Amino acid sequence: MTFTTSDGLLYAESHEWVDDRADVVRIGITDFAQDELGDIVFVELPAEGVALERGEPFAVVESIKAVSDIYAPVSGTVTAVNETVSDRPELVNEHPFERGWLIELETTDELGHLLEPDEYREQI
Amino acid sequence: MSSHKPPLYQIHHAAGADFTDFGGWKMPVSFDSIRTEHAAVRESVGVFDVSHMSEVSVRGPDATELMNVLTTNDVRALEPGDAQYSCVLDDRGVILDDIVVYRDPDQDGYLFVPNAGHGGQLTDRWITRAAERGLTVSVEDVSTEFGLLAVQGPDAVETVESVSSDSIANLSRFTTTRTEIAGSNCLVARTGYTGEDGFEIFVPSNDSASVWNAFDGVQPCGLGARDTLRLEAGLLLSGQDFDPNAEPRTPLEAGLGFVVDFSKPDFIGREPLCDLETEGPDETLVGLRIEGRAIARHGYSLHADGDRVGRVTSGTMSPTLEVPIALGYVDAAYADEGTELAVNVRDRDVDATVVGSRFLTSIGTETTEK
Repeated sequence: MTFTTSDGLLYAESHEWVDDRADVVRIGITDFAQDELGDIVFVELPAEGVALERGEPFAVVESIKAVSDIYAPVSGTVTAVNETVSDRPELVNEHPFERGWLIELETTDELGHLLEPDEYREQI
Repeated sequence: MSSHKPPLYQIHHAAGADFTDFGGWKMPVSFDSIRTEHAAVRESVGVFDVSHMSEVSVRGPDATELMNVLTTNDVRALEPGDAQYSCVLDDRGVILDDIVVYRDPDQDGYLFVPNAGHGGQLTDRWITRAAERGLTVSVEDVSTEFGLLAVQGPDAVETVESVSSDSIANLSRFTTTRTEIAGSNCLVARTGYTGEDGFEIFVPSNDSASVWNAFDGVQPCGLGARDTLRLEAGLLLSGQDFDPNAEPRTPLEAGLGFVVDFSKPDFIGREPLCDLETEGPDETLVGLRIEGRAIARHGYSLHADGDRVGRVTSGTMSPTLEVPIALGYVDAAYADEGTELAVNVRDRDVDATVVGSRFLTSIGTETTEK
């Protein structure tokens, strides 16, 4: 089984990705994570404006097989949530790095603890 | 505990299956995705490797008497080649396992199929009880001699017909016949665990690969889809919806009264069941439609007006009905269809409604909003 790991993103050991190429960071779960979960049927996202601490669970993703907390890879304040995946949770399976993103954060957190794509590829 | 690998393990591994431990066996949980596999069975056809199921052979002059003492249904009703769903109870009337009993089509005896990992203990039970009663039988756990494939779905008939040397299209539900598939002498039964038409094919263990490969091109399905399919059909899972230790239940509580033949004067568990039938069980198994965005999983509590009235034993998102469904035991006072309950999902209450446990019928006839 080979998984996509997008270049240009940073990765947390708990299988979230961080896109820091804009003023706010965008966060989702990796291709590996969505495959582990299997068919995703519900996604519970936080409200805009919520402050998250690094390592804190911020979302719940429920698949047919299991239910899983998703952890904030960085601290920050939620500025946007992807309402589309609440209605179409299968997007997280189908496009984990694109249309299946979960939240956007305004952050002043360090990103040094996150993994480069090659480091994450080593891990999975 | 180390897991047995089924004869087809390497083939499944090469096909990219994800595996799970089930009843002491390392079995494929999915090949593609549960949704894909589930839809294949509901809409066309899918093939499952269910070789983890046990097989026990019972022969000899007293085989019929012994089977009737140890199972709830009446095997005297079986013609050669017939199959019958039944339960094995302990002295309290609690279900030890549910089984399918097959009367040999061409020999005098029975083959019964307990759940994964149960073959050894049930063989011991049969031998012990036969000795106690002075019955002349030969009982053998033949689980390692058989592979078992299930071909299920509306297109199962033409799929199996195309690879079998004899026609199986006219085989009645719950009957069996012997035929060759891929040069192997197989016992083909028109039985299944999906709520669809289909067949279960007993294959000599060494021929598992050639018979599996005869269905090349048919969607391979894992235990994940097997679970969602059986649950939609309201079929119970041994060890989860009933279990002599974790979930001790009688057939009357579990909605399996239809496999208990009280006209038999003597079977193990009969007396306590007779009493229970008169009184009615305190708790019964019900179907639940979950009204919120959550899956009610095994062990979650069920409440009514703030009181705990039961618990969930199985739950999933129904891929066919696109609504979460569950089975659970509730206090008999709350078991009527239409009763509104709450299921506690990770510290929040989600509304649930009691519905018929044959979900494909009870919910399938409604229009469900996405």
